[in-house]
Amino acid sequence: MAGETHSTTEGMHEVIDVPAAEHGAGFPPFDATTFASQLLWLAITFAVFYWIMKNVAMPRLAGILEDRKDRIAGDFSEANRLKEETDAAIAAYEQALAEARNKAHGIASDTRAKLKADNEARREKAEAGLAEKLKAAEAHISGIKTEALSQIEEIAGDTTSALVEKLIGKAPTKTDLSKALKSVMD
Amino acid sequence: MANDPIHQFQIQKIFPIEVGGVDFSFTNSSLFMVLTVAATCAFLIFSTSGRGLVPSRLQSVSEMAYEFVAGTLRSAAGTEGMRFFPLVFSLFMFVLVANLFGMFPYFFTITSHIIVTFALAMLVIITVIVYGFMRNGMKFLKLFVPSGVPVALLPLVTLIEVISFLSRPISLSVRLFANMLAGHITLKVFSGFIVSLSALGAVGIFGSILPLGMTVALTALEFLVAFLQAYVFTVLTCMYLNDAIHPSH
Repeated sequence: MAGETHSTTEGMHEVIDVPAAEHGAGFPPFDATTFASQLLWLAITFAVFYWIMKNVAMPRLAGILEDRKDRIAGDFSEANRLKEETDAAIAAYEQALAEARNKAHGIASDTRAKLKADNEARREKAEAGLAEKLKAAEAHISGIKTEALSQIEEIAGDTTSALVEKLIGKAPTKTDLSKALKSVMD
Repeated sequence: MANDPIHQFQIQKIFPIEVGGVDFSFTNSSLFMVLTVAATCAFLIFSTSGRGLVPSRLQSVSEMAYEFVAGTLRSAAGTEGMRFFPLVFSLFMFVLVANLFGMFPYFFTITSHIIVTFALAMLVIITVIVYGFMRNGMKFLKLFVPSGVPVALLPLVTLIEVISFLSRPISLSVRLFANMLAGHITLKVFSGFIVSLSALGAVGIFGSILPLGMTVALTALEFLVAFLQAYVFTVLTCMYLNDAIHPSH
């Protein structure tokens, strides 16, 4: 029976093949005798295709795209990390620079203060020395002055005594003399 | 026979197979299904064999197809729709490559047969129905009852929704089938004009320039249609799958 059907379909096929255009009945897409075969082979090929897509081709593509995404994200985070490092280095450098500047400033002001203090001390010392010398000189002058003054009294006494002796021929007593001198000098 | 525009759609047996009186022969259609699958798989696997971080030209074609379908599905059906990605991607690649194969002279266009496009459309619709009921239970029927419609209009609107749902597999399959069929017939008719006009002598040869130009232009158009119909099939598939995921609209 199967063989019979086969031969009839074959026969039909032959018949349709030639006068298809004239009759218009054998329009191939509407030829139901081919449906079973098309459906079967479509099912087989599409199932295989689906399986290969799902289990081989698509995981591969997904993997490639995923890798690229990861790589780009990794590169980005690496770049960010490097940028942060750079920023930190710049901050550290600036801090060090500021510290150095402060230190330099400190040293300069310390030195200045020290020099100033030194100068002050030296000046004070010099001034003290000068004052001492001045005092000594003053003392010396006043010593000389008192000495001179005391000698003036003596000289005046002597002179007076000599004058008086010359005038009156008699030397005055020492007490009179000093009394007289005192009254004159005061 | 050479000028018969229908001849190119004829199915010829290559290995006759018959089981229980039903003809399951390996035909030229089956051959091109196998070729479509083999070529697509070979291309996708070969082009990605380098697994290049920086894609080669072929690899970026595969990646573009992958990301194009992924983007289409995600924008139509959301992240949840991505579970159907293998199905949608397979459908897109299969239809696209089958359509493009049909553009080769003497190649058989498997998508120019209604039964093939109808089977693919039914695959989509059955997936939608099965997954829709699995995920939403009876709430899937809300698909037919739009919210915010006055009660008086509800039976009418529901009827329209049911009819539109039932017509989906038909419109989905007929659109692809008719586009491929009509395109190939038109191409064949115009190229047939060239041959029959040139047979008329000098004037005919001069006159055949017009259909030649038409054939060239139509070939370009058919390449566009081949891609566009694969894309339309995919977009509609995504939208129908979205209905299965979010039935209340």
